[in-house]
Amino acid sequence: MNLSKLKSAATAVALAAAAAGANAQEPVKVGAVLEVTGPFASIAKQIENGMRLYMARNGDTVAGRKIELIIKDSTGAQPDVAKRLVTELVTRDKVDFVVGFGLTPNAMAAAPVVTEAKVPTIIMNAATSAIVSKSPYMARVSMTLPQVTMPIAQWAVKNKIKRVYSLVADYGPGLDAEATFKKTFTGAGGEIVGEVRTPLKNPDFGPYIQRIKDAKPEAVFIFLPAGEQGISFMKGYRERGLAEAGIRVIGPGDVVEDDIIEAIGDSALGAVTTHHYSAAHDSAANRDYVKAYTDKFKMRPNFMSVGGYDGMHVVYEVVKKLNGKLDPDKAMEIIKGMKIDSPRGPIQIDPNTRDVVQTVYVRKVEKKNGQLYNIEFDKFENVRDPGT
Amino acid sequence: MNTQSAPAAPVAAVPPSGASIHRLPQDRWRSVEIVFWLIPVAAFFSFPGYLVLGSQILIVGLFAVSLDLILGYAGIVSLGHAAYFGLGAYTAGLLATHGWGEPLSGLVLAGAVAGLIGWLAGFLVVRGEDLTRLMVTLGIALVLFEAANKAAFITGGVDGLGGVTMWKVFGIFKFDIVGRVAYLYSLVVLFGLFVVLRRLVHSPFGLSLRGVREKRKRMPAIGASVREREIAIFTVSAAVAGVAGALLAQTTQFVALDALGFGRSAELLIILVLGGTGRLYGGLVGAAVYMIAQDILAGINPVYWQFWIGALLVVIVLFARGGIMGGLDLLNAKLSRRKT
Amino acid sequence: MIANLVGVLFDGVAYGALLFLISIGLSVTMGLMNFVNLAHGAFAMLGGYTTVVLMTRLGVPFLAALPIAFVVAALAGAVLERLLYRRLYKASHLDQVLFSIGLTFMAIAAATYVWGPGLQPVTLPAFLIGQVKVLGLELGAYRLFLVAVVIAITVALVLLVERTRFGAQVRASVDSQQASAGLGIDVNRVFSLTFALGSGLAGLGGGLGIDVLGLDPTFPIKYMVYFLLVVAVGGAGAIKGALVAALILGIFDVAGKYFVPDVGAFVIYVLMVVLLIFFPAGLYGRRG
Repeated sequence: MNLSKLKSAATAVALAAAAAGANAQEPVKVGAVLEVTGPFASIAKQIENGMRLYMARNGDTVAGRKIELIIKDSTGAQPDVAKRLVTELVTRDKVDFVVGFGLTPNAMAAAPVVTEAKVPTIIMNAATSAIVSKSPYMARVSMTLPQVTMPIAQWAVKNKIKRVYSLVADYGPGLDAEATFKKTFTGAGGEIVGEVRTPLKNPDFGPYIQRIKDAKPEAVFIFLPAGEQGISFMKGYRERGLAEAGIRVIGPGDVVEDDIIEAIGDSALGAVTTHHYSAAHDSAANRDYVKAYTDKFKMRPNFMSVGGYDGMHVVYEVVKKLNGKLDPDKAMEIIKGMKIDSPRGPIQIDPNTRDVVQTVYVRKVEKKNGQLYNIEFDKFENVRDPGT
Repeated sequence: MNTQSAPAAPVAAVPPSGASIHRLPQDRWRSVEIVFWLIPVAAFFSFPGYLVLGSQILIVGLFAVSLDLILGYAGIVSLGHAAYFGLGAYTAGLLATHGWGEPLSGLVLAGAVAGLIGWLAGFLVVRGEDLTRLMVTLGIALVLFEAANKAAFITGGVDGLGGVTMWKVFGIFKFDIVGRVAYLYSLVVLFGLFVVLRRLVHSPFGLSLRGVREKRKRMPAIGASVREREIAIFTVSAAVAGVAGALLAQTTQFVALDALGFGRSAELLIILVLGGTGRLYGGLVGAAVYMIAQDILAGINPVYWQFWIGALLVVIVLFARGGIMGGLDLLNAKLSRRKT
Repeated sequence: MIANLVGVLFDGVAYGALLFLISIGLSVTMGLMNFVNLAHGAFAMLGGYTTVVLMTRLGVPFLAALPIAFVVAALAGAVLERLLYRRLYKASHLDQVLFSIGLTFMAIAAATYVWGPGLQPVTLPAFLIGQVKVLGLELGAYRLFLVAVVIAITVALVLLVERTRFGAQVRASVDSQQASAGLGIDVNRVFSLTFALGSGLAGLGGGLGIDVLGLDPTFPIKYMVYFLLVVAVGGAGAIKGALVAALILGIFDVAGKYFVPDVGAFVIYVLMVVLLIFFPAGLYGRRG
């Protein structure tokens, strides 16, 4: 390194030290790692919209410091790219917070980096239980799959459904959902009459649905990645007359989530699911949220957008409470136990596990004002992640 | 050094101006090459914040060079080269997660495993024409991908294989978060393998590969077995790809399923063509240009990136088939014409 | 049990029929012009998006939208063939692969830009939803429709190839371009028309397949493998080969998923590799 570079480096360090001490106009940098392009782009879109909506409604300055959002594209389920992006965010851009992660593998890969760099990290969507345990600097505001799956098993038992066929996608979250459901359901006396794990790249559910029909269960428990798989399955369900045969669809709400429910169409009607957010949630806060979101982005918000929204809220709260003087360990102390009034309902970050504790609602797909919605009709409060 | 001048003179003579340069390949390092290899060393000092990206460029560069061996030199079209990259990555990753984190031996084992599978696959690949080869290479990659996905209890499946903890290189250098050790480690491995491969393609064996690529049907007439050569180079190529994959696993301490994915194979093809096939350096140039451009441009607008890369590919194939290296050659020819 | 078997077989046939419809264009292109066109799926995607736009924006009924999808895709094929593909007939297969991958990327990016990354919904007309009782078996109405359409088109294609002059010209050009040109056949025109026809059929298949295969911008890459499979296994340039290959692959894929769901996804790839080992030029391919 030559002398002039050394000089500028020294100046920079001096300035930074002064800035840190004096709490000058340095922006708070929030680095978001999302799967902006690729097959999971719609997840990233909802999360980003949620984040930006929060910033638009609450201004972008907190405690005298501007909030600067840096979005990086991991292009899909690419843990090595995500890891590199997080490394660059913490070493090059020197972000104060890392947020985002629509997918589990990307979040897992980032864990060792944020631990070593000591950067508070907010998981806004990735739903595998184990994630937040991988780093003491990770906290989650979205949900875990076991957390929203357990209640549907409890609901099924409560409603005297005894024989269920299980169909899940063959990947981490799918296996988690299957395991959680089986444990809870059979633990309460239910019977799993058959199970199948479908390949992730599956264009057509025909043969699997035929097997379900042959097994004659009372309901089919399904978990598929949010999006085309759900649509494909529900179409097959309709086409092969499973509804007519009296077989209900139950499962965590991913398969009929707000982003794709219209694409499934009427064959979704009657499906009973459990989830932490529905755009039809009946509260003033949510009505405001949905209206603001729809006005700004011309689309319906789904559960992923709420992860983005509430995640930004956590960032703002931390900056506010520390009065702009950020310190990673103090930040984590504030995050642990934080209570948030989310559009979905009240939630809390568990002080021990740093995972989200929330109400899980039981909903049924119905038509409201000519559009399909998940209408909540029952709930389980203060549900923790049961682990797997 | 050989001091015979008369027979050697025609070989070293400057070709008539305007003609394309068809010298017999020499094995001496040209000054341009030495300058080229100083660039990544300089980059280490000038871009300390970009070393993670830098090591990934070096690794992809090695991977591209391995593809060049079969594509540029032997003319085998493969849409599934990521299979060997992924095999190497998982071998090194699993070795580390099961307790053996010594880096260099991991590389060797990864290369051996990938090379072995490449050797076996080679028998299938050499049968049939271009389309069949395309399908077989693609099919093998897809089968491996599904297998890795299925065997999630070993490979971590879609969630990936984490916890790849590496020991210190030579017991001294620890892989740091900024990526300094990873960068130098990758650079040394890349350079070492490159020297070997360069020697290989300039050897009689390497020349015979060009015969295979250009005039396949005539090779048996001079007593050269096409099949054996194709299988041999395929094996070497797979082994090198495996080492590249292992490097990625070791330097990022993670193995993702996409190491085996089609996207990686397709992207590699683009990188190699961008840089220019049949020259070994093409893969390195292509990797550098592509990944740096992607880092800058994809951040601005990812959808545009995909569109313009597609358009670039179309343009290259139609008008600039030699890629960047080809373009440099033309430039070189024009300049040397001006000199005489 | 027998009813199940027949049901699964039927599903496989329907799936195979759809694959055949989309892939036949690729097979003929490869056999005729010796061109490896990986962008073929993009024409199917174009047909799919055309159908969606016609139905949702212009209220055109599904059955009327399909022929329009055919025409749009055929026109696109004709234009691209003349402007771009034609230049690469003599190029190496690698160049063709790269070129068509480039085109595919452009198509995917364009589709993402215009319609967004999500799946396109399609509402089928009521009479095509649900199941129909045929000979005591419950079969999907939409799949029956699919199979019927493909049978009709296959018959028309065979008639076209075997009975018409154009068909004779195509067959001659496939056998030997030089000899055909020597006989005064306008080989370029044959190429253009064949390419357009193949693309049009792909577009039709894309529109028909929205319900079964799903339509989003990554369609060309997702299904590229299947189309290539059909062509590689069936042998380029053979209608019968493509049909047999598509049916075999469709049936094995579906049956594999039904009977051994744990390894269902493997079956099709392993089958392909096995078939290619024994038939390197495809089931009905021409050797040499």
